[in-house]
Amino acid sequence: MNGRPIFDGLDVDIAPGRITAIMGPSGTGKTTLLRLITGQLRADSGRLIVAGQDMSTLRRAGLYALRRRMGMLFQNGALLTDLDVFENVAFPLREHTDLPERLIRQLVLTKLQAVGLRGAAELMPAELSGGMGRRVALARAIVMDPEILIYDEPFVGLDPISLGVILRLIRRLNDVLGLTSIVVSHDVNEISSVADTVYLLSGGKVAAHGAPRDLQASPSEVVRQFIGGLPDGPVAFHFPAPDYFSELLARGEDF
Amino acid sequence: MNLINELWRSLVEALVGLGDITRFLLRLLLQTPRVLLRFDSVVRQIYNSGALSLVIIMLSGLFVGMVLGLQGFQLLQRFGSEEALGVAAAIGLVKELSPVVTALLFAGRAGTALASEIGLMRATDQLSAMEMMAVDPIERVVAPRFLGGVIAMPLLSAIFSMIGVYGAQLVGVQIMHVDSGSFWSQMRAGVDIRDVSEGLVKSCIFGVACSLIAVYQGYYAIPTAEGVGRATTRTVVASAVMVLFLDYLLTSAFL
Repeated sequence: MNGRPIFDGLDVDIAPGRITAIMGPSGTGKTTLLRLITGQLRADSGRLIVAGQDMSTLRRAGLYALRRRMGMLFQNGALLTDLDVFENVAFPLREHTDLPERLIRQLVLTKLQAVGLRGAAELMPAELSGGMGRRVALARAIVMDPEILIYDEPFVGLDPISLGVILRLIRRLNDVLGLTSIVVSHDVNEISSVADTVYLLSGGKVAAHGAPRDLQASPSEVVRQFIGGLPDGPVAFHFPAPDYFSELLARGEDF
Repeated sequence: MNLINELWRSLVEALVGLGDITRFLLRLLLQTPRVLLRFDSVVRQIYNSGALSLVIIMLSGLFVGMVLGLQGFQLLQRFGSEEALGVAAAIGLVKELSPVVTALLFAGRAGTALASEIGLMRATDQLSAMEMMAVDPIERVVAPRFLGGVIAMPLLSAIFSMIGVYGAQLVGVQIMHVDSGSFWSQMRAGVDIRDVSEGLVKSCIFGVACSLIAVYQGYYAIPTAEGVGRATTRTVVASAVMVLFLDYLLTSAFL
């Protein structure tokens, strides 16, 4: 970005069938990494292999074919506001398949049942709470039975009950459907309870990776600052600025 | 020297912008055959851009026609040829006022709605969500709205002309007592198919210009509240200037 590399020597290996969390302070490029994985961005250099496909050589048709094998849960749900809950979940089926209406109905209701919102099928997105919206988006993300499910900050702005529901869904969907899940988040406690492997990014590199418990015991200062929520440390509290006192004592142009 | 640099930069930016919007138009036109196969989505947009603009178009048409009736009557009375009011009002409306005023009203009513709707879809990740579901938002969202606008514009312009003629008749015949037979027969004799087709061609071209500007501004809006607001404003300003500029070019081409 502006000639400055976002990642430098980043090496991440996401194991199939497991929940991998990507964590890190704001601005470390977590969302950028997701966009690279989903092909919304292309890397200037380096190699990125997703489901056996090299993303740098993938053309549009190939990319769209790959995306049909992925599901993504956006931070705000990103439901289509002109369609009701049922039609939102049915949307990928209607776009990509010629299934009869009866089968579409069954598939949609099954997925809505899985997220506990079968009863909300006729509501419009504006009538849903934040947590419900995200659950509908989750049902939509799994309706095509993807192999990879990507969650972008799934816990932001949720009340404790909705948060618990989403956590349980992430675990259950991963285990029942045999998915490969990638969760981007900076909620340490929630991630620790659900992820199999955590990658902690800082300064464009992997600062630490391993099971959540291993990270708790990490000697790395960045990891300790992040997990402990310490305001100052390797990730500085202050934005780079000139010396405080000399700036305070300097004669401003107005005087 | 600075001024020359600035001018040069503005010129280059304008040319790049023109290139971008042309490429965007080509992308839309490439999608047109596929979108026409799903004509129900286009019909919904004709309703949104056309039917929902009907009230403002009809009211404006009525008032413009009434003003033409008054002004035309006063002017023609000086030469003792009030009977020509019908032909004067009809030619003024069909060739010039209907296409231009309809396009300006369309930009204010439907253009802003298109730009802000698409811009908000961008800001709330709905377009990204579609891309992630391997659905091209240009085909699913932008092209039907563009085509809906293109089809709605000449229809609205024709309705504007019709109501405008009725307004002129209302003032000229009912209030100013111009002979009704002369009003209609002179109109029938004086307005030929060339006049009507000139107006039709104009409104079709204005339809392409206004719809293109609206969907382009919405699609490339900065995904923030301020960005969407700016895109909406730009839609109106750019459409109005473009319509008046094209009107001059087309009028001189038809001479």
